[in-house]
Amino acid sequence: MERESMEFDVVIVGGGPSGLACAIRLRQLAAERGEDLSVCLIEKGSEIGAHILSGAVMEPRALNELLPDWAAQGAPLNTPVTDDRFMFLTQSRAVRLPTPPQMENHGNFIVSLGNVCRWLGTQAESLGVDIYPGFAAAEVLFHDDGSVKGVATGDMGRAKDGSEGPNFAPGMELHARQTIFAEGCRGSLTKSLFERFKLRDGVDPQVYGIGIKELWEVQPDRHHQGQVTHTIGWPMDTQTYGGSWEYHLEDNLVSIGFVVGLNYSNPWISPFDEMQRFKTHPAVRETFAGARRVSYGARAISAGGFQAIPKLTFPGGLLVGDTAGFLNLPKIKGSHTAMKSGMTAAEAVFDLLTTGDKAGKEAVEYPTRLQTTWLWDELYRVRNIKPSFHWGLWPAVAYSALDTYLFRGKAPWTFHHHPDHESLKPAAECQPIDYPKPDGVLTFDKLSSVFLSNTNHEEDQPCHLTLRDPTVPTKLNLPVYAGPEQRFCPAGVYEYVGAVGSQELRINAQNCVHCKTCDIKDPSQNINWVTPEGGGGPNYPNM
Amino acid sequence: MKILVAVKRAIDYNVKARPKADGSGVELANVKMSMNPFDEIAVEEAIRLQEAGKAGEIVAVSIGPAACQETLRTAMAMGADRGVLVQSDDEVQPLAVAKLLKAIVDREQPGLVICGKQAIDDDSNQTGQMLAGLLGWAQGTFACNVTPEGDTLAVKREVDGGLQSITLKLPAVVTADLRLNEPRYVKLPNIMKAKKKPLDTFAPADLGVDITPRLKTVKVAEPAARAGGVKVADVQELVAKLRNEAKVI
Repeated sequence: MERESMEFDVVIVGGGPSGLACAIRLRQLAAERGEDLSVCLIEKGSEIGAHILSGAVMEPRALNELLPDWAAQGAPLNTPVTDDRFMFLTQSRAVRLPTPPQMENHGNFIVSLGNVCRWLGTQAESLGVDIYPGFAAAEVLFHDDGSVKGVATGDMGRAKDGSEGPNFAPGMELHARQTIFAEGCRGSLTKSLFERFKLRDGVDPQVYGIGIKELWEVQPDRHHQGQVTHTIGWPMDTQTYGGSWEYHLEDNLVSIGFVVGLNYSNPWISPFDEMQRFKTHPAVRETFAGARRVSYGARAISAGGFQAIPKLTFPGGLLVGDTAGFLNLPKIKGSHTAMKSGMTAAEAVFDLLTTGDKAGKEAVEYPTRLQTTWLWDELYRVRNIKPSFHWGLWPAVAYSALDTYLFRGKAPWTFHHHPDHESLKPAAECQPIDYPKPDGVLTFDKLSSVFLSNTNHEEDQPCHLTLRDPTVPTKLNLPVYAGPEQRFCPAGVYEYVGAVGSQELRINAQNCVHCKTCDIKDPSQNINWVTPEGGGGPNYPNM
Repeated sequence: MKILVAVKRAIDYNVKARPKADGSGVELANVKMSMNPFDEIAVEEAIRLQEAGKAGEIVAVSIGPAACQETLRTAMAMGADRGVLVQSDDEVQPLAVAKLLKAIVDREQPGLVICGKQAIDDDSNQTGQMLAGLLGWAQGTFACNVTPEGDTLAVKREVDGGLQSITLKLPAVVTADLRLNEPRYVKLPNIMKAKKKPLDTFAPADLGVDITPRLKTVKVAEPAARAGGVKVADVQELVAKLRNEAKVI
C-alpha cells in the first residue's frame, strides 16, 4: 500500500510527561545552539492529556530543571502537599504508621497529571514542536539495515472486517533520524522493539500494578486541601501487593485510587471491586458523604524499577518514560523520573544529530548520561523494596525499613522479579471472593464507571484487542482460571456469554480505557493490545 | 459562489457534561472541546460542493474565545480556505451570533451560508433561522441533501414524518442535519498546511454589534435521577398506584 510520508529530525511517540519533556528539551537546545531541529510528537488520545491518568503527587525536581519559571508560566501545580498520612487498615480500623522517608511529600504538589501535560503541551508548541493528537503510532518502520526509520500512524476508516470504509484514509509514514518511544507503561510498539532488538536480555522481567482512580467533588467541610493519605492492608490479603491513595486537590476535588500488584495469584481478584470495597472502609467513606463522583479511569504502571530497566537504545531510536519503566514504586511517583529520562534523552539525541550523524545511529550516550543523574541513584536505592513484597506484607515492611534505614538502599544484593502473567493459580485452588453489591452512591458497577471515563471508539473498526489464538479463552482461561479477564479488566471489556458449557468470550472493545492490564496479565499472553483508530479511548478531564 | 460556514467550539460529544457545583453552568475546566459535530457536517458539505466545482472559496467563521482558533484550524485542515474569528470572552447568545454572522456576511458577500442545525452544548437551534431572517434570505433548515442548480438550491429537509424537498433562491442559509454527509478524517499534512492559512480576527465592536445577552440562565442542574421500578402483585395494586401515587388515571 502506498502511504504518504513526512520527514522530521525527531519523532516522539506519546504525549505524556516523558515525551513532552523530551520535545521541550530538544527545542530548547536547538534555540540555545542556533540549530534548527524539527520535532514532531504524536499522541493517540484525542488531545494532549486525554489518556493521562495518575494520582498524582508530583515531585517538581525535573520540572524545576526543565522550565525553572513554571510558576510564572501558569503551570497547574496549585496545591502544595501540607499533610502526609500513612495508614494500615484492618476491616474496621485504621492505624496510623510512621510515613516512610520515600513517601514524604514536603515540597511536592498534588496535581492532575493530565492538566500538567496539557500545560506542557502548550509550552512545547510555543517552542515550535509539531504536536498531533488523535494520531496513533501503529507500526514501527525500519531501514534496510534494520535500524528504525520512524513510525506509521494507523489507518482511519477501516471497517470491522478490515475492509476500507467510505471515508478510509490510509496512515502516514513519519520518518525521523531518531524516533523516541514515550508510549507509557506497556507500550504496544515498545513491546515489539523489546523482541526485535532483544532489549530485555539480561534484565529482570517488568512487573506491573494496575491503578484505578476516581475523582470526586466532596462537600467543603470534608475537604482538606493539600492532604495526602496512603493506606496498606485491608481489603488486600497480606500476600497481595496493594494500597490506596487519597489526595485533596483544589476546588473541593478529591482523587482516590487503589493500586493492585499484577503479580496477584488468586484469579478471583477483581482490582475494580477491591477499589469499590476499599471506599466502604469507615475511615475512608466519611470523606465522601454527600459527594459526587465526577470521573473514573484506570492505568497500568511499571513497578519493576532498577533491575527491570531494559536496554534503552537501538539503531535509530530509544525509549523514555514508563514504557522503559522508570517509576519509583516506594515513592509511588514516576512523572519526575519520566521527565528526567526524556530530558536526558533529548540532550544525547541533540548532540548525536548535530554532530553530523545520519539517520539510523544509536544514541548510546543516553544511558551513559542517565547513569550519572539523580534518577539512576534514586531507582538504585529502592530496588529491593518491591521484590521483598514477594514474602508478604509484614516481612516486606520489615525488610523495607531495614533496607532503607540501615543499608540506605546500598545493600550488597539485588532481589529479582517474576513475570506477572505466570503468577495466577488455577481457580479451583483459590478462594472465590464475594464482593459487595454496589450501592450507586459510594460504590458503583463497571459500566456506570466506564461511562465517566468518556471513552469512545468508532464502532465499525477492527477490534484492537487481538487474540493470538482465538481458542485460548474457552480452552484455558475459562476452564482453568474462571475467565480472569472478566475481573482484571477495569472497564468491562471482556465478558463470557452464553449458556454454561457453551460460553464464548465477547470483547466489548469500545469500553477499553487503554490501561493495558489484559496485555500484561493474560495467563498465556494471548491478548495483544494494539492501537485502535487515533482519537479513540478515554477523554479524561482533570485526571 | 463563495460559501461561509459557521463553526462553534463546543464540549466534545464524548464528554459527559456535568453542571458546576453552584449551578451557574456546565463544568468546562480542562474538559475536551471540539467542533460542534453538526458544524463539521456543514464544513464537509461546503468542501464537497467545492470539490464538485459548485463553489469557490470557503470561509469558516467562529465566534467565542481565542481557543476558537483551534476550531477554525480544524475547519481549514478539513479544507476551508481561510478563517474569521470574532473574538469574545463574554457569553454570546444565538441572536448575537446571528447578528455577528450577518456583519461578516455583509463583508464577505457569500452566495451560501451553511451552519450546523444546532450546537450540541445548548441545543438552541436558532442561529441559522435568525441569520436568514436578519439577511432577508431564503432558508433550508435540517438539510439532508443539498444540490445547487444554477441560481437556485434544491434542499431536502428532514421533517417530522419524512422528507420535504424545497428549492431556494440564492443567496440562502442552509442548516445541516445529521444525514447530510459523513465528515472526512483530517489528514496530518493538511493539519500542517492549515497552520499557514489566513485567519482574521475581529472584536464584536469592530463589527458594530452589541452582544449583550437577552436571556438569563437561572440555573443549570442535572435531570432528577429516575427512581427504581417496583414490582406490583396484581392488577388491583397497579391500578391503585397509578391512581393514587402516579395520579395518571
